[in-house]
Amino acid sequence: MNASITLPVAAAPSARGTFVAYALEAKFEFLRVLRTPAFAVPTLLFPPMFYLLFGLILNRGNAGAAQYLFATYSVFGVMAPGLFGFGVGVAIERERGWLALKRVAPAPPGAYLLSKMIMAMLFALIIYCTLAAMAATLGGLRLGFGQWLLLGLITLLGVLPFCALGLVIGSRVSASAAPALVNFIYLPMAFLSGLWMPLKMLPPVLGQLAPLWPSYHLAQLALATIGAGDGSALLPHVGALIAFTAVCFAIARRTLASSARG
Amino acid sequence: MGQTSLQASPDVVARLSRASKRYGNLLALDNFSLEVRRGEVLALLGPNGAGKTTAISLLLGLLAADGGEASVLGELPGALAARRRIGAMLQTTGVPEMLEVGELIALFRSYYAAPRTVADIVELAGVGDLLRRRYGKLSGGQQRRVQFALAICGRAEILFLDEPTTGLDVEARETMWRTIRSLVADGCAVVLTTHYLEEAEALANRVAVIASGRMIAEGSIDAIRARVAQKRIRCVSALGLDAIARWPEVRSVVRDGERIEIVTDAAEVVVRQLLSEDAALSELEVRRAGLAEAFVEITNEVAKDATTEAAREAA
Repeated sequence: MNASITLPVAAAPSARGTFVAYALEAKFEFLRVLRTPAFAVPTLLFPPMFYLLFGLILNRGNAGAAQYLFATYSVFGVMAPGLFGFGVGVAIERERGWLALKRVAPAPPGAYLLSKMIMAMLFALIIYCTLAAMAATLGGLRLGFGQWLLLGLITLLGVLPFCALGLVIGSRVSASAAPALVNFIYLPMAFLSGLWMPLKMLPPVLGQLAPLWPSYHLAQLALATIGAGDGSALLPHVGALIAFTAVCFAIARRTLASSARG
Repeated sequence: MGQTSLQASPDVVARLSRASKRYGNLLALDNFSLEVRRGEVLALLGPNGAGKTTAISLLLGLLAADGGEASVLGELPGALAARRRIGAMLQTTGVPEMLEVGELIALFRSYYAAPRTVADIVELAGVGDLLRRRYGKLSGGQQRRVQFALAICGRAEILFLDEPTTGLDVEARETMWRTIRSLVADGCAVVLTTHYLEEAEALANRVAVIASGRMIAEGSIDAIRARVAQKRIRCVSALGLDAIARWPEVRSVVRDGERIEIVTDAAEVVVRQLLSEDAALSELEVRRAGLAEAFVEITNEVAKDATTEAAREAA
């Protein structure tokens, strides 16, 4: 029956063509989000604003606190793009049918999730660079080149657990409920992980609960990088983050697959 | 039809065979078989909730059948190889409002090895004036045209159009019809669901009428229309409606402005009687039932059968 088809329509795109498809998918996801003020403004402005207020202005003279807060506000900043990008973005696109159209169109495998991941990482990079510039200039923070770089890398990869958590939310919550739920998770989790003030200043029970939150583990890695850690072993934190990401991703995959297959 | 038409034919590009789909207690599709042939427009007609969108979703791979089989271009629905050769316009598409039309087209073109040129897409879908506009700023009809543009970015061999012209003005609808006809002339098959029976009449080679998840009629437009013997007689006459309504052959009679409109199964008898009783009768017009009348008749028959069946079961 294929004999009558004159055009090679069914051919798979070339490797270059496939790369272009992935690249365009990521580019337009980034542009889409950048043009959505409800997402871009809080995500890009709140962490620097909070850091400016609590880490720099209200914290005159305490070098240790300024250093601590730079690391933890970096973590606070990179939580948002993944949580909101996936949590709210996927919920909307699933509910309104864009995800279905993407499933029908021959988008390369995984392009949908990958583009959102790259978007979240780009946002995280922008947030980290903004905070780093503020810390180095206004805060007078001195770090080695390697430390700046390593902290950047940690925040960049640290986006992933929150992408996965966002995906769990976006795959099952309605579009109207998703923003509220994400905020309800995002802000308390930041507080309970000691991102706004050290856990030592909070009731001890909160410190004991802290290992439940991915942001706590990420914060420990960030603090250790700039020499402000509590001296605990780092590998368990890395392991906890990887495990959290894997479990969330697996749950979300199952939910998405079953919702698609009815 | 039935079993014999399920034999593989070289022209069949998509097929559902004895497919069933259940949502909780609702049987959305019940042992449903359907074939789509190369170069034809197949219209799926039926009341809301009849199972049209479910049938299309099975062929698109968005839903999996609980029973039966589905294939598209020899592949399982939803397989990447099948998706590269089809195009679809869904009822709800939630296209990102912040992206420009040109960006959306660039994105969808990148999915195909040999996409249509932007110029072709723009011309076929009539979106030339929209390329630099954000999707969210467009009117409903313009958005529908953009969704059509996305469906034809690849050189689809089958187009699935779920209510494609809802919200379009007359001119935009004509443009889309013209485009669909030219794509079909090039060998593309089109599966169309629509609420507008005139749309099915204008485009479709074949019609499948669905009710409650079952195929209740299938055939060419003429064949479907022929299932209803009804004719419609219109004329200007001094005869009273009550008198005409008492004639045994008359199913219904109504006044429409100056004219009287009579629905009957025996047009010849009624016309003869009209002319003999009113010598001054004018503007006589006899029309065969359209798809709309046939559709109402067929779905009513099925509803009646269902009621008697239910009554029998209850008894």
